[in-house]
Amino acid sequence: MEECLLEINHLKSYFFTRKGVSPAVDDVSLRVPRGKIVGIVGESGCGKSMTAKSVMDLLKYPGRIAGGTILLEGRDLTKLGSRERRKIRGEDISMIFQEPMTSLNPVVKVGKQVREAILVHQKVDRTEAKNRVLEVFRQVGISEPEKRYECYPHELSGGLRQRVMIAMAMVCKPKLLIADEPTTALDVTIEAQILKLIKELCKNSGMSCLLISHNLGVIAQMCDYVYVMYAGKIVEQGDVFTLFDHPAHPYTKGLLASIIRLDEQRERLSTIPGVVPNLMHLPKGCAFCNRCPESSARCETERPELYELREGHASRCFGSLESEASHE
Amino acid sequence: MRRKKEQPGQEVDRKEALAAQLGESDTLKDKMGRMAADNKLAVFSAVVIAVFILAAVFAPYLTPFDFDEMDLMARLAPPSSKHLLGTDELGRDVLTRLLYGARVSLVVGIVPTIISMLVGAVLGMVSGYIGGITDSVIMRLADVVLSFPSLLLAMVIMYTMGDGIVSIFIALAVTNWASVARVVRSETLSLRETEYVEAARSMGVKDVAIIFRHILPNCIPSLIVLFTLNVPSAILSESSLSFLGIGVQLPNSSWGLMVNMGRTFLYNAPWLSLVPSAAIMLVVLAFNFLGDGLRDVLDPHLKNS
Amino acid sequence: MAKNIGRRVLQTLLVLFCVSLAIFILLRIVPGDAITTMMGEHADAETIARLTAEMDLDKPFYVQFWTYLKDICTGNFGTSYTLHKPVTELLAAAFPNTVKLALIAAAIAWMIGILCGVVAAVTKDGILDRLFMGFSLFGVSIPVFMVAMVLQYLIAYRLGWVSISGVEKWTGFILPAVALGWNSAGSIARLTRSTLVEVLQEDYIDTAKAKGLGRPAVIFLHALRNAMLPVITMMALQISSLLSGAVITETIFSINGIGRLAVDAITSRDIPLLQGTVLFTTVIVILGNLVADCLYTVLDPRIRKGA
Repeated sequence: MEECLLEINHLKSYFFTRKGVSPAVDDVSLRVPRGKIVGIVGESGCGKSMTAKSVMDLLKYPGRIAGGTILLEGRDLTKLGSRERRKIRGEDISMIFQEPMTSLNPVVKVGKQVREAILVHQKVDRTEAKNRVLEVFRQVGISEPEKRYECYPHELSGGLRQRVMIAMAMVCKPKLLIADEPTTALDVTIEAQILKLIKELCKNSGMSCLLISHNLGVIAQMCDYVYVMYAGKIVEQGDVFTLFDHPAHPYTKGLLASIIRLDEQRERLSTIPGVVPNLMHLPKGCAFCNRCPESSARCETERPELYELREGHASRCFGSLESEASHE
Repeated sequence: MRRKKEQPGQEVDRKEALAAQLGESDTLKDKMGRMAADNKLAVFSAVVIAVFILAAVFAPYLTPFDFDEMDLMARLAPPSSKHLLGTDELGRDVLTRLLYGARVSLVVGIVPTIISMLVGAVLGMVSGYIGGITDSVIMRLADVVLSFPSLLLAMVIMYTMGDGIVSIFIALAVTNWASVARVVRSETLSLRETEYVEAARSMGVKDVAIIFRHILPNCIPSLIVLFTLNVPSAILSESSLSFLGIGVQLPNSSWGLMVNMGRTFLYNAPWLSLVPSAAIMLVVLAFNFLGDGLRDVLDPHLKNS
Repeated sequence: MAKNIGRRVLQTLLVLFCVSLAIFILLRIVPGDAITTMMGEHADAETIARLTAEMDLDKPFYVQFWTYLKDICTGNFGTSYTLHKPVTELLAAAFPNTVKLALIAAAIAWMIGILCGVVAAVTKDGILDRLFMGFSLFGVSIPVFMVAMVLQYLIAYRLGWVSISGVEKWTGFILPAVALGWNSAGSIARLTRSTLVEVLQEDYIDTAKAKGLGRPAVIFLHALRNAMLPVITMMALQISSLLSGAVITETIFSINGIGRLAVDAITSRDIPLLQGTVLFTTVIVILGNLVADCLYTVLDPRIRKGA
């Protein structure tokens, strides 16, 4: 496999609440190779944002990392002190968030907010920093950068704000960009533009990207490799073609079936019945068994492992293991 | 639009919030019960308030002394087993006067607050519901009242109305209705836009009926919180007025007046002014703790007003 | 922005007019006879006649009001009956003391209040948070006169560190200012905490952290600036409560300020003096609110650009 930039091994991030421990991220392992875009997909509440926040060290009380390692170029981030973690944030790894409306400080000019990211990490004077900001603004397709520099967030449209966020993330030329639902709050046309921009930036700068989305369409369009998460665990992983052409886990199949396809005429949209179980009261067996069309008696009593089906393709399902075996 | 991030641990809270929004499953009584379970301090405060009220009501039975009973042999006596809180310059028992003073202080805390809440709620609802000129007039009136330093306005009203407890009621009611009206108005404004009020209007329900049947009940939680927070401020205002000698007048007594009378003897008999001060502080503190607890369960968004 | 401020100024003028009308009505249209109320039952006929003429009480209401309005607009508040000096002169002598007292009190209260609020918010649910919040609730619940007397008794009388009353030396201002600021500190601390706790949950705080900013920078550069907006509104409102409190502290510490002037005016039934002090303090409050509104507009760009 290619050289690995970020490697997460057996990450456990739990919420320690008064009512009990809630395993929001439970034993997640994933790899982001250099220069690739890796996607995490799943319903809200499945732990994908928590995974990203664990990497950024942005977990909010009462959430914290309870185990596992997060290796960036071989360095374990979980072992670093807060000062060193901070140096990595924004410089080596940066993040863009879901809500461009609320992710920018409403009382600070956007230019200054981006400039701040440079000033934290690099010893440059303010004019130099400003010039860099303007340059990045141009790069991310913000027209009239000088004028926008002096704007406050509320004066910009949602798409423009997300471009500012991307500029802020890009300005220190990070090795890894984490994009947490970067287009969920945007119009469809703007969404396409922003996704295209992120893809180009990755290609041109050799930056890796961890893209988090609930939208399989976005994932298919953007990613090289995909992880599917459900109830805090990875249930299937594989490169984007394998996953979309031969989904092995019933959950992935369900997700794929529920996308609106323009090329197909269907009577009604298929959905996955039921809701995500409460993480504090997970079923004894497979977490998905209560919603799974293919579940058997074994699923209710025994927890499946993540079974490797092919090189780089794995699924957490007894069924997929069996059907794979019968193929051979 | 704000979306809470994925925090499964909060699912239960979210459900509660949802239920609260629907306003059905979570009644006022339930919320009070929740506060009673979670906030021991608020419960304790409620008990303290109850004790003060009972003490004021049953004052004659709680003390062997008369309100005006003088013991000229024991003037300015420090606290002792006979006079638990000492005596004043005429040898009157301070504890006894404190208990009787509680009657005036509590009544002056509660009555004007009720008046100002009624006036403020009605004007606020009318202002918010009708809007237009009525709204402007009422709100400018509130602005005018709020422009005065409240103590000075109360002083001027006392001057105009003359001494006496009714004047104090009026003075405190006049100074306090405006802030109530503002809160109720802003609440009415948002309630007016809700679907059920729109629905009622579209069915031709009369405005008065809408105000009393739909708007008022939804303002009740805020009003309860405001009441618990306005009573202590009324008690403080009365005690300030009496302290300055323009509130309660002799031969009546209130805690503020006791402080005023005792101030002359601050250096040789500090308990004379400090004991009633402490009583004021205790009651005010209890009301504030209770109000805080109620606000947390009933009306979190009032926090910044 | 200019339009907003312009409208606000107009509104302020209207309120000012209404306030002067209210004071006029309250003080002149006393039930019964204004002069008897003022002079007591035993005023002789000559005095009554003289005062009636002086105060235009023999003329119709609107003439009286017009004269009064003209007078106060030109800064003529009449002459004090008891102190036999122009009210303007008395106010000018008392004003600096009240201003100093209120400013020192506000400076102490706001600094301590904001500091405690920030610390409490940052250590939310921790020991310091509980300590400061309990303390601040005490702060808002203690009557001003109690703080004043306790300080006077302990620090001035028992320990003798500063003089008991009077402000001949600047140290004389310390105790009254602490007493006066006590309540304000409590409410500022509570408000700062609650808004800061809310702001710290905002998404842009995550953004600031993701940039690699340290905790102090996140709190002071990003969170506090947003959290201060409601606090500024409260500070403006406190001008009014500080002036109310000054009435009491000035009385206790025998400071020759506006508040004590007002109390003296009431006890000696000196209408021109009372009218002058009340009008004057109210104008200060109104102007203070106006300034706070403008400041708010400058600090919050969302309002500034008329969004």
